Amino acid sequence: MKVRKGKVVVFSLLVIAILATVGLTTQQVIKNLTLGLDLQGGFEVLYEAKPLDKGQKITPQVLASAAGALQKRIDVLGVSEPEITVEGKDRIRVQLAGVTDPKKARKILGKPAVLTFRAPDGKKILMRGTDLAEGGAKQDYDQNGRPAVMVKFKDKEKFAKYTREYVGQPMPIYLDDQQLSAPVIQEPILNGEASITGNFKAEEAKQLAELLNAGSLPVKLKELQSYAVDASLGKASLQDSLIAGLYAVGFIFLFMIGYYRLPGLIAVVTLVAYSYLVLLTFSLLHVTLTLPGIAAFILGIGMAVDANIIMYERVKEEMRIGKSIPVAVKSGSKRSFLTIFDANITTIIAAAVLFYFGTAGVRGFSVSLIVSVLVSFLTAVALSRILMNQLLKANVLKNPGWFGVKEDEIGEL
Amino acid sequence: MNSKIDFVGNRKWFFLISGVIILAGVLSLLVQGLNLGIDFKSGTRIDITMDKPVGQQAAQAQLEKMGYANPDVTTGGNGQIVVFQTTETLDSGKVEQIRDQFSKAFHQKVQVEEQKVDPVVGRELARNAIISVLVASLGIILYVTLRFEYRFAVAAVLALFYDALFIISVFSLLQLEVNLVFIAAVLTIVGYSVNDTIVIFDRIRENMDREKPKTWEELTALVNISIQQTLVRSINTVLTVVFAAAALYLFGGESIKNFSFALLLGLFSGAYSSICIASQIWVGWKWRSMQRPKSVPGS
Repeated sequence: MKVRKGKVVVFSLLVIAILATVGLTTQQVIKNLTLGLDLQGGFEVLYEAKPLDKGQKITPQVLASAAGALQKRIDVLGVSEPEITVEGKDRIRVQLAGVTDPKKARKILGKPAVLTFRAPDGKKILMRGTDLAEGGAKQDYDQNGRPAVMVKFKDKEKFAKYTREYVGQPMPIYLDDQQLSAPVIQEPILNGEASITGNFKAEEAKQLAELLNAGSLPVKLKELQSYAVDASLGKASLQDSLIAGLYAVGFIFLFMIGYYRLPGLIAVVTLVAYSYLVLLTFSLLHVTLTLPGIAAFILGIGMAVDANIIMYERVKEEMRIGKSIPVAVKSGSKRSFLTIFDANITTIIAAAVLFYFGTAGVRGFSVSLIVSVLVSFLTAVALSRILMNQLLKANVLKNPGWFGVKEDEIGEL
Repeated sequence: MNSKIDFVGNRKWFFLISGVIILAGVLSLLVQGLNLGIDFKSGTRIDITMDKPVGQQAAQAQLEKMGYANPDVTTGGNGQIVVFQTTETLDSGKVEQIRDQFSKAFHQKVQVEEQKVDPVVGRELARNAIISVLVASLGIILYVTLRFEYRFAVAAVLALFYDALFIISVFSLLQLEVNLVFIAAVLTIVGYSVNDTIVIFDRIRENMDREKPKTWEELTALVNISIQQTLVRSINTVLTVVFAAAALYLFGGESIKNFSFALLLGLFSGAYSSICIASQIWVGWKWRSMQRPKSVPGS
């Protein structure tokens, strides 16, 4: 049979196109990946929402508004791309990449920040933080030059009424359960403005003003879990796992080419495409890549190669019983398809169940499992067949040795 | 074609060995349990990474100086990582104190990773993982029953349980730390184990359709040949995945060492259980069902 050069060219162009795309755009794809806190450093906390007072119920609406309030507070912290997720019935997870001062983050996030102006007995609540005008709190200094927080109420009349009622008496101001100050009302305040002094520094007063403007939390937040990691440690983990990945991929490539020869080479091309497509999917779906996620990805390369191995073994078997190379390739790929299909569907079933029942970490893991199985179908099965078929049609596959099959192994049909 | 290795003939040995391993594991689980990491306990864990190695005792002494009685300290990564665990919930101020203390005492820059946990979350995750494995098993049984037959399905799931139990047993015997990442490793293996078993079962089914064995000898020969036909694939797949897991174990850094080790164990166990447990359970069961019609005369 004559060698058809056209098909060889198509084959080469396909391979070159794949390798070029991967080579040229991988860096961009990797840059767009969302890295988990364990890989870039940061602070994560899981809160349980508890009712502020007995009658309150934690409904999805309450949780959503608590998440909204947290979002506003994070803006105060100045963190880019915070992740706030509501989990289950009463949980809120906050992930702040790049935050290295968990102490400060905690202080700002978890405080209910309910401001109350109370009657002289300290019990009856007269005015609340919710009565403040929009953006009505700012840091300032009092007459003695001490840092203070100036607040402005929406309803001037109401405040005037109370200051008239309690004139000459103290009006304690509380933040949550803590009394900040108890100024004595000298004369009725008609302009709806008040100054809160406490034992704070200018920085703290500024923070309090920002907290008040961000609004109080509609619930009490209890810390269930927290995690903080230095950025440099995260970087080191990322580097370690990438090095491990390079070794793993190197070994797998060498093994596949050494054992399966020409088909092994095709497997290497499809694996490159596989790795690239999985990373691309991760970046498009905004899957957060964590350390276990990378481990699963590297392992996934090992598993994706299984589809190639199943097919090539089948092809070799068909060749050994005396079939010609084109016939062996065709029947080998056909017969191995259902095997690969059934084996992978069971993995997808397992991963889908994990996704349904799992919490955040496990979910990310199951998504990457599903993605890798689907992509491996595309590359190890479809792409691998397309490439192989080009070579078949080109009539260049003549020597069984190219498949790693020795002549003396081949029996009579 | 005859099989070179008589897998089915040795099935009693496989069952015996696997049984002994599982028994040892269950005993260990009952006696010493699992070395649960911070994820499943309440308290604080601080990982301090140093530039230069420090001894465990030196690290312990520093913490004692700060007022922690009998601190639980382990070192890893050639003594460069000091792990301090306590059942107390340390606030950030205390964590910072520890950072400063270590940085001063050992004259170097230190990097800190802190984790605080309420056990509710860890327990929930473990419970969810167990539920998922059970539900996933049901799903797999359903699918395999539809595509194959229920004997294959049950045998595959039993092998899957074996693999999960095997990893957990080894972690209990060696008292390696079990954390959330470990659960992820077990779940990966569960997926891998079924995948591996199905490939062999698929071949058995194909050969069954062709050969239609009547006697025990024919049936066992068929299973042996099916295993042998897929053996190279089983070995090669395990090899490639082992390359990956071993690279992770050797170069992937301290924090995923246990994860990679669990994977390595599971990969070997998964390949073993497909051949030596799943296939063997199936062959015994299948034979019994093939005999049944004959034992009832006239039917």
